[in-house]
Amino acid sequence: MSTSNLPGGALLRHSAIWIAAIVVIIVMPYVFTSSSSISMMSQMGVFIVFALSYNMLLGEAGMLSFGHAVYFGLGGFLTLHAIRAVNDGAWSFPLELMPLVGGLGGLFFGVVFGTVSTRRAGVTFAMITLGIGAMVEASANMFTNFFGGESGISGNRVTDVTLLPFSYGPQVEVYYLIGAWTVVSALLMFLLTKTPLGRMANAVRDNPERAQFVGYNTTMARFIQFALSGLFAGIAGGLFAILFEIMTAPNVGLIQSGSVLLMTFIGGLGAFFGPIIGAVLVTYMHIALSGFSEGWILYFGLMFVLMVMYVPNGIAGVIVSHGPPLRAGLMHRFAVPYALAFVPALLTLAGLVAMIEMGYHLSLSYDPSRPIELFGMEITATSVVSWVVAVAAFGVGVMALRWAATRISLRWGEVNQAMDAQRAKQ
Amino acid sequence: MTDALTLSQVKKSFGPAEIIRGVDLALAPGERHAIIGPNGAGKSTLFNLISGRFPLSGGQVQLHGRKISGLAPYEINRRGLSRSFQITNLFQRMTVFENLRCALLWARGYRYSFWHLVGRQAALNEEAEQQLEKLGLQDRRDVPASLLTYAEQRTLEIGTTIAGGADVVLLDEPTAGMSLTERDHAIELIRNVTVDKTLLIVEHDMGVVFDLADRISVLVYGQIIASDEPDQIRGNAEVQKAYLGT
Repeated sequence: MSTSNLPGGALLRHSAIWIAAIVVIIVMPYVFTSSSSISMMSQMGVFIVFALSYNMLLGEAGMLSFGHAVYFGLGGFLTLHAIRAVNDGAWSFPLELMPLVGGLGGLFFGVVFGTVSTRRAGVTFAMITLGIGAMVEASANMFTNFFGGESGISGNRVTDVTLLPFSYGPQVEVYYLIGAWTVVSALLMFLLTKTPLGRMANAVRDNPERAQFVGYNTTMARFIQFALSGLFAGIAGGLFAILFEIMTAPNVGLIQSGSVLLMTFIGGLGAFFGPIIGAVLVTYMHIALSGFSEGWILYFGLMFVLMVMYVPNGIAGVIVSHGPPLRAGLMHRFAVPYALAFVPALLTLAGLVAMIEMGYHLSLSYDPSRPIELFGMEITATSVVSWVVAVAAFGVGVMALRWAATRISLRWGEVNQAMDAQRAKQ
Repeated sequence: MTDALTLSQVKKSFGPAEIIRGVDLALAPGERHAIIGPNGAGKSTLFNLISGRFPLSGGQVQLHGRKISGLAPYEINRRGLSRSFQITNLFQRMTVFENLRCALLWARGYRYSFWHLVGRQAALNEEAEQQLEKLGLQDRRDVPASLLTYAEQRTLEIGTTIAGGADVVLLDEPTAGMSLTERDHAIELIRNVTVDKTLLIVEHDMGVVFDLADRISVLVYGQIIASDEPDQIRGNAEVQKAYLGT
């Protein structure tokens, strides 16, 4: 989003970040060795690619799609069919390159559906993508040969046709395959933002009229960006198919489309790394919370609403906004107000979680009077005291948070003034 | 010699209201032509018709003898006609430099390329820097357009309009809302950047018009009532009655 002139220093800094990312990907399985962590990190890779491809639309080109899972899911189905064909001896294609099948499928359907949807921008575009998403999801029940009906289709990723001497049976080998594809895809999508197409996607987002008057057909710019976004969504779908070895109709559906919107938005549209953070966080929460609580979807919903209301630029937006004070050496001035906000934030969260968990327990448990374990305590959902404490914690927390928020915004004002003063001195 | 821009019997109606009622106008190559007229005369509408923003209700517009009416704005732009807007119309979130570079991309043949890195295109960047210098905005190079002062935004608006090298340039009230000093600066800039180009300018400020234009057309109520050299226009009784207010 900033200038794309890359003088030597910036280029070096960029390369350093990418190399660091590669090192992290290589080292992670040695840090988190359990098979469930490796599976989780593999999923993170898949959704990083998917969320970045989504941001090519929403963040880069201002196109709000409600049907991006179409390209992800169809790419996944095609990849799995290709893997099955190899296992049946009908085709020979190395497993390492299988995500390309998904990518080309995503590109193909991006071209087909893009010609319809990208003719219009804004609300019309969003509605068309919603319609296409619903249409493809419905057709999954009609074309059972391709989609496998209710049970979906499954396959075995161990095809014995590989470029490298791995079988890709073990989870960790698939993790590294996904890691490699994630780095390559992310790098390509990053570089894409620095090309004429990428710049004009931003231009069309910011001011389609002016884009026309510098010679650009805004429909064509949106269309190409859309088709390429389908390519990367298809690659993500292919990786998903390799990881899970099963694809079902909901993978092309509206809930999957909604979840990539959620990831991208929570991570932040404004910075390239935003969707990466969003994909990692949401995947983690999805897996961790769904094991912890019946109400995990409710937590997602609450988080999304709160983010939209109070942090519209996402986590990346928060990080980016701290760049100037950090460079000016003024970060320490936030230490006290942030610490003051942290305590009530925890209190609010604890009160809220207690209320939700007790609520779920009361309505879903066979024996509501059985205590539930929360924050290392035994809590009885049928006791009035528990509710009074939870509501009080939430209420006091919210009030203290509001007070702390005022302190923080005052401090921001001071820091901004201090930075202006620094600049004036130069 | 073919005229750079020719309007023949151009008409525009919005519903029953006829806003442009048969305008004929011809601009010789290299001419600086101003359109003046009272508020609501249809000056901006005329610009929107020429640049393809609105479809014509009747008549024809030709650029270098080729019909352009009916084409999309981007097609008209590619044939060498560029315009600015009365209300500043920039890529607000992009820096000044980025705005200028985006204005150059199509003209320099990059089209929808996703295989060039713009940062590596030495000639392109060099040209954008030159444009920046021409506008005198070097100090503001990396500032987002939305954070520029009003006068700077107007300057950048002119810059993005001429950057692509269009030889017919339409400027819609480029100095509106400027202080006197800023205005003089802007006129000087317009004079410099439109050398050897054909210029059609809408302007309210009579000082600017008589200073800059080779010819002036007076648009009143959707029709051109006079089209002549500045001195003649000044002395034209009909114009004075309709517009100059004496």
